[in-house]
Amino acid sequence: MRKFENYVQLVKYEVLREVSKSALRGTLTKDLPRIPNIIDPGPEPRSRCCIYHERAITAERITMALGGDPSNSNIIEVLETACDQCPINRYKITEACRGCIAHRCIDSCPKDAISIVGQRAVIDYSKCIECGRCKDACPYNAISDLMRPCKRACPVNALTIDHNKKAVIDNDKCIQCGACVSMCPFGAIQDKSYIVDTIQLMKKEATYAIIAPAFASQFSYASLGQVVAGIKALGFKDVIEVALGADLVAEHEASEFVERMATDNLMTSSCCPAFFQFIEKNYPTLKEARSTTLSPMFATAKLIKSIDPEAHIVFIGPCIAKKTEKQLYDKENLIQYVLTFEELTALLDAAEIDLENLSPAPLNNASYYGRIFARSGGLTEGLTTLIEKEDVTFNPIVCDGIDACDKALRIASVNRQTFNFIEGMACKGGCTKGPVSLHHAPTTTKLIDAYGELALEKKPEDSLRVFEKKSLSLHREHL
Amino acid sequence: MLVKICIGSACHLKGSYDIINYLKEKIAQEHLEDQIILKASFCLGKCSEAVSVQIDDHPVTSVSPETVEHFFNTVIKESLIQ
Repeated sequence: MRKFENYVQLVKYEVLREVSKSALRGTLTKDLPRIPNIIDPGPEPRSRCCIYHERAITAERITMALGGDPSNSNIIEVLETACDQCPINRYKITEACRGCIAHRCIDSCPKDAISIVGQRAVIDYSKCIECGRCKDACPYNAISDLMRPCKRACPVNALTIDHNKKAVIDNDKCIQCGACVSMCPFGAIQDKSYIVDTIQLMKKEATYAIIAPAFASQFSYASLGQVVAGIKALGFKDVIEVALGADLVAEHEASEFVERMATDNLMTSSCCPAFFQFIEKNYPTLKEARSTTLSPMFATAKLIKSIDPEAHIVFIGPCIAKKTEKQLYDKENLIQYVLTFEELTALLDAAEIDLENLSPAPLNNASYYGRIFARSGGLTEGLTTLIEKEDVTFNPIVCDGIDACDKALRIASVNRQTFNFIEGMACKGGCTKGPVSLHHAPTTTKLIDAYGELALEKKPEDSLRVFEKKSLSLHREHL
Repeated sequence: MLVKICIGSACHLKGSYDIINYLKEKIAQEHLEDQIILKASFCLGKCSEAVSVQIDDHPVTSVSPETVEHFFNTVIKESLIQ
């Protein structure tokens, strides 16, 4: 049985599923006005103040399922009707305040914003600068920090609150890591979806599904082979592992590293699009240090197109930033659409494909090293075995999560690094913990390793031995 | 003549890479590069009968690493003569 990690995933899923059902039937335009009532039949609301508010939110989610607001270039949007429950003030004196006589809160406040009224501390919010000193000073732990979860999750400070108490994303700062999407407890921040476009494409053209290696940790209720069989049953011509593109990337990035170290002293990985953007926006002086190798998604697509130039390709993964990568960097139109595992689940259910009862289909083209790209440290392990044979010192630092990336980049920006390669992944744990992953349990890393062990070939050179690699240009054209 | 060999997962697991390499060698040995184009292909739709091989637009046939020598000497060579 399918389990959702939380209710937010469920409501998002329900909308994607209903929209997909109608798109599959070809009755979407006609069905649209009715979908909110199908999802929220009422009369009692499930989670909001009233059924009308719930339906309004569902209507906004439907808009996102259809591709969102075209005037907003950001793949991530705030759903205005859904974003209304967070407190505007960050610090709050709670019931735990004993009205003590030490008044450490008052003494610690640099702005004289706290006074005692009726034996309880009170914050004057017109003075409060949200420094948090009162919270640290209180011996009863009576002051709670109610920082908005989206704001707390955002690693680049792209979220502010407007005068209507709604979250606002600064598109110039946002790197589309998706942390806010997965952390908002009301599901009020969402990614634009191309699920309907994908359905329409599949109806017309032979379409390949390329599936990110993180899929190995996603479907706890079905075997990997059943998931592959399910994707084929949706009507995709073939299912190809993005891990095969990761093999290409490992080889290409290894030789790029060896070449560049003749003159440079630092190179950073380029497969995580959020990390790639993070450098662009926050460490522009290190832009040139980024590897010019394409991401595994694009490399896989290039490989497929070299074999079948007419191919239409849809990427399925755990990542929101991949949608932006397609939007910003796909000059050659290698990928038609990017879907997430959330969207894949909705699509499978809309088509009434019961994974548990399918006979498994094989999936085995990529190597062990290509497959473990889905977890932190995987890329570096692959590169290590490839660079070992060369006469170059490989001194990598594995940055697991954007905070670790930031730390390493800060050191590199002042040229004080002891490493010469940064593997950067925005999501802590790697792609398997992506914002639109279905599961974030501690076991996901093990599942990725197990998927790696199932590979017929251990090394990229073995899995790639039949391909004409020379004709494939794996350099980023857009740099 | 175009010979397409499926490298989809089912065919790969049954040895399609070995078949490609065998045929490549044979084509080189017998200097048939001008006459035979060997191409990898994704799913040819006959996964249960892997490894799938297709000559031009003829029906898809099934070849295994054990039968590839015979396949080259008979089917491929006969098609060449025609």
